[in-house]
Amino acid sequence: MSFIDWLDERFPATKVWKEHFSEYYAPKNFNFWYFFGSLALVVLILQIVTGILLAMNYKPDAELAFASVEYIMRDVWGGWFVRYMHSTGASMFFVVIYLHMFRGLLYGSYRNPRELIWIFGMVLYLAMMATAFFGYLLPWGQMSFWGAQVIVNLFETLPFIGGALSEWIRGDYVISDITLNRFYAFHYLIPFILVGLVFLHIVSLHKVGSNNPDGIEIKKGPKGNKWSKDAPADSIPFHPYYTVKDLMGLVVFLIVFFTIVFFMPEMGGYFLEQPNFEPANPLKTPDHIAPVWYFTPYYAILRAVPSFAGTQVWGVLAMGASIAMFFILPWLDRSPVKSVRYKGPIFKFCLTIFAISFVVLGYLGTQPPTPGLTLLAQVFTIIYFAFFLLMPIYSKMDKTKPVPERLTK
Amino acid sequence: MTDDHVDSGRRRLLTVATTTVGLAGAVGLAIPFAGSLSPSEKAKAAGAPVQVDISKVEPGQQITVEWRGKPVWIIRRSQEMLDQLPDLNAVLADPESEADQQPAYAQNAHRSIKEELLILVGICTHLGCSPGYQPDIGPASFDENWKGGFLCVCHGSKFDMAGRVYSGVPAPTNLVVPPHQYLSDTVILVGEDGGLV
Repeated sequence: MSFIDWLDERFPATKVWKEHFSEYYAPKNFNFWYFFGSLALVVLILQIVTGILLAMNYKPDAELAFASVEYIMRDVWGGWFVRYMHSTGASMFFVVIYLHMFRGLLYGSYRNPRELIWIFGMVLYLAMMATAFFGYLLPWGQMSFWGAQVIVNLFETLPFIGGALSEWIRGDYVISDITLNRFYAFHYLIPFILVGLVFLHIVSLHKVGSNNPDGIEIKKGPKGNKWSKDAPADSIPFHPYYTVKDLMGLVVFLIVFFTIVFFMPEMGGYFLEQPNFEPANPLKTPDHIAPVWYFTPYYAILRAVPSFAGTQVWGVLAMGASIAMFFILPWLDRSPVKSVRYKGPIFKFCLTIFAISFVVLGYLGTQPPTPGLTLLAQVFTIIYFAFFLLMPIYSKMDKTKPVPERLTK
Repeated sequence: MTDDHVDSGRRRLLTVATTTVGLAGAVGLAIPFAGSLSPSEKAKAAGAPVQVDISKVEPGQQITVEWRGKPVWIIRRSQEMLDQLPDLNAVLADPESEADQQPAYAQNAHRSIKEELLILVGICTHLGCSPGYQPDIGPASFDENWKGGFLCVCHGSKFDMAGRVYSGVPAPTNLVVPPHQYLSDTVILVGEDGGLV
């Protein structure tokens, strides 16, 4: 009896391997956009491994934190390399996830029967943002401190409970040592919740099967391919076809990743912001504060909404709504087709200006507010929301092309 | 009682009772868990009042002291600065300081006990950045008719030389005047008021 047989009697090793790799039949026409799911998983693992190594030298104490990061950079063997992988990994995680989400928008991967995959994905995205936010306080630089100050104060704008809630989050009246200590605990915890969510995301994906660039349900098409007479005709086994394809994508990704790590870890102030090279000073706000680039589209929306009726909760609500839009997306799209390939000119136009508005808002969020830029942010905030809120109308009236029976190239 | 007799009413009662007791226990446990995240006694005790010697503050000068971990500004305003205040009423959101952002003894035209001495918590009422001191009167990049005051660079909120907020900016209310009192002509105590002075 082989070891595998012994194992299989006690644990479904071969069964899981077959169901999710060697006999998981995926559409045969995955293109460039399908690299980013597996890349996100690799980056998550890299963040957990480098993060655990950093935790062994980092001190979550307001008196010691900043110096302990410098200690990692200067005195720990390879410490700079581990830290730059972690800081670059944080930004590249968002790069990969934004491209992964855009793939979903392009090919309608959020639509029936994949709504739950999309929602698990959005919860993952929220948990990722929380992890990134908690982590950014840890170096205890000026941007760490004031960024956390601004974000925690968002909760203070909520009526009635705001003041007590933000005190409860901080555990103090200002961002302090107490806050740093608990943010560290959360920053260490949430990545493991992310792993659990990834499991749910993939289990629900493998239940209904992957979408594809044509947005056709291959399970409804003819049966029988080279490997199995029951598998959809237009499918190929995930292993070895897509494992090898994803490995190729990973090699290209790692070339880009390590070029950044070695030659431009600060990325011109976008990955590591300049004021964060100065220790936190609760009495002085840096001249210009902006969140890290991956939060700036939402930050621009927050700033674009003026306060009225004696409260500035409106900007906070608009920012929350801008993220909530993604959650209801599966029910906003009323187009008879899934993929952008067969959608009409109106949808293509709307998706294009939405992508532009996301990038422009992201840029505006990094800039100091001036009346002109604020007006621009207001215009693009309206476009951002119009993309979602008008979708039930324009996706229905759009002229779609006929969808073929079988997958195309 | 036979073996195959199932008293389903009794079974339901026991299920509901067990679930209720379990949930009550979970709620009871959640209280100390959530409570442990509230400000500790040490954090609460750190908010003691601060004494400040103001004898060396020149007209137009700003000094910053720390109270409860927040910056508190003390500014001796020049006569020119004070003269600008009434002219600004039209562009301010709350020129009469009606919102409860100051003790009663600072709810006046200059928002202070002594006309020239301005005491403010230096935290923007928008999202908690610390605004910058922009005392120079004259056109500025952010305002062509600038009369001196504070600019929060985080989100562009503007305040005049009494900490009153301009209308149409993200911050909704005037800057906070902390409770304070004069222990003598040259020493103030920030964080505690001695009733109406």
